[in-house]
Amino acid sequence: MAEPQHHVTPVSTYVYVFLALLVCTVLTYFAAKADFGLLNNFIAMAIAITKALLVLYFFMELRHSTRMTVLTAAAGFFWLFLMIGLFLMDYGTRMAVVLPVPGK
Amino acid sequence: MDTIAARAPVTTTAETSFERPNYLNSSYGWKSWLLTLDHKRIAILYLISVTAFFALGGIFAGLVRLELLTPEGDLMGPDTYNRVFTMHGVIMVFFFLIPAIPAVLGNFLVPLMVGAKDLAMPRLNLASWYVYNLGGLFTLWAVVHGGVDTGWTFYTPFSTTYSNTYVIPTALGIFITGFSTIFTALNFIITIHRMRAPGLSWFRLPLFIWSTYATSLIIMLGTPVIAITILLVGIERGFHIGIFDPRLGGDPVLFEHMFWFYSHPAVYIMILPAMGVVSELVGHFARKKVFGYRIVAFASVAIAVLGFLVWGHHLFVAGESVYSATVFSVLSMLVAVPSAVKVFNWTATLYEGSISYQTPMLYALGFIGLFTIGGLTGVMVATLGIDVHVHDTYFVVAHFHYVMVGGTIMAYLGGLHYWWPKMTGRLYSTFLSRLSALLVFVGFNLTFFPQFILGYLGMPRRYWSYPPEFQVLNVLSTAGATVLGVGYLLPICYFGWSLRYGAKSGNNPWGAVSLEWDTPSPPPTENFYTTPVVTHGPYEYLAEDVHNRLTQEANFE
Ligand SMILES: [Cu+2]
Repeated sequence: MAEPQHHVTPVSTYVYVFLALLVCTVLTYFAAKADFGLLNNFIAMAIAITKALLVLYFFMELRHSTRMTVLTAAAGFFWLFLMIGLFLMDYGTRMAVVLPVPGK
Repeated sequence: MDTIAARAPVTTTAETSFERPNYLNSSYGWKSWLLTLDHKRIAILYLISVTAFFALGGIFAGLVRLELLTPEGDLMGPDTYNRVFTMHGVIMVFFFLIPAIPAVLGNFLVPLMVGAKDLAMPRLNLASWYVYNLGGLFTLWAVVHGGVDTGWTFYTPFSTTYSNTYVIPTALGIFITGFSTIFTALNFIITIHRMRAPGLSWFRLPLFIWSTYATSLIIMLGTPVIAITILLVGIERGFHIGIFDPRLGGDPVLFEHMFWFYSHPAVYIMILPAMGVVSELVGHFARKKVFGYRIVAFASVAIAVLGFLVWGHHLFVAGESVYSATVFSVLSMLVAVPSAVKVFNWTATLYEGSISYQTPMLYALGFIGLFTIGGLTGVMVATLGIDVHVHDTYFVVAHFHYVMVGGTIMAYLGGLHYWWPKMTGRLYSTFLSRLSALLVFVGFNLTFFPQFILGYLGMPRRYWSYPPEFQVLNVLSTAGATVLGVGYLLPICYFGWSLRYGAKSGNNPWGAVSLEWDTPSPPPTENFYTTPVVTHGPYEYLAEDVHNRLTQEANFE
């Protein structure tokens, strides 16, 4: 793999991304105020993920990074999902009756 | 000493020009140490700090054993006892066991083993030592002002709501020290990826490098979680924001989940580098290529990954769902597979090897035995039915001490004895060091084996007094701790003696063929006079090496 080149990102790009993040934050606020029923969580998560991707892609310069760096960032997220997923395995099955009830 | 130089061209040139300065005498004065960017000097700085914390943690352990000599609480009351065992745990886990092998042996050896001049980021490396000590100072402040009584696990809601002790300063100390571990791990990963000498392919790396690499991955992925968990405890304690307290809408079991997501892998942060050291010792002292080299290397990575999937075994009786507990129980047993692979491969390496029972090898053999007991009792407590019976008893205490003390500390001491001539250029007393290995082994078993029985009979951990029928086993345990203490004090004495009066070791007193011995001992500041070109793996001993070893041993005695 070639050495990563040093791209000079114009300041304007950062400004635009920053503005986009601000817009998303305002969206989060209004989305929290309105009730979309079942969609509540999906809308909130979609905005949050968009924001995270903007930060990763532009601020953390993943778009100009080697595949190794992208893999490293992805691994971090994979581990986060692993953690939350196994937390939910517990919380989701707390009420489940797995043992035979005595006398039945 | 010249007999084994035939394999090592760099060594021969260096030995004729012994006037050239090494990293220890290239500059003098406290500034040259406190501002050094040399990974070898930073390793020595870490050695001093880590030993100081080990001594402090050891004093607390001594107080625990002294109190438990009699069934009554006659030395201290329950409150003091709670603080004493908590400080023992906090100091030993976060300030000794986690940094010991990576920060001391790893710092010294990683660049030497990959044929680099230094770690990738020397300034970050120095910063890590300062950050470690800063965290240590916070914790020491808490110790001096009365300590913490939550146990090293800081379980909620006790730690957030009820404890009146210095939870926040101690937690802050651990939070800060976590960054020093991350710095070190980042440095190792980058160095191993980018700075290997020409010819040093991944499968020519010593197994110590493989295990250090796997450890670094766990540190990078796990430490942020404990940092956030500790921060949340501080936030709930300080600002009453509900995270773990049910009255505020939180969940105390969430703390256990988050805490153990890091703290179970932390066990592997402690044991993986130890396994790396043992792989080196077994290979070099049996004069054989480590059996199944690639499998052992991949087993380290497998342990690193699987180790993240088992933390729920600490929550079996904490309110975790039965389904979740069953899954975690099975996953926990799976980790035993790569661990057992290593034990079997070390044993297979010994088979038909040319074994020499030098001090480091005695420690390595001790490790294999004790780690096996620690690991197998781990499978026992991973079994749901048994864990319900022995949870929070001395059985668990004995189990994890077999892994951490019988495993990690044995390997750390073995590694220190093996690389001491590399670090200082001096030899130490063969007789005293063998005696210390024996005392540690005997003392250790005498201390902790009775605790298996105590736990099985139902003695709970973390109590300052106990029913009189448990006294005999407790007296045995305390007696063992005394022998163990002497075994640990001895090396401090003869290593100190060796620094000044020890005979010169020559460049390669063990006649080892791996890269770190292919340069003078102690090494020059730049590690190698010329960039080494690696043409063979780390354990490729020839028949003549075995013969040379015998000559060599005669010199060492
Ligand atoms: Cu565990």
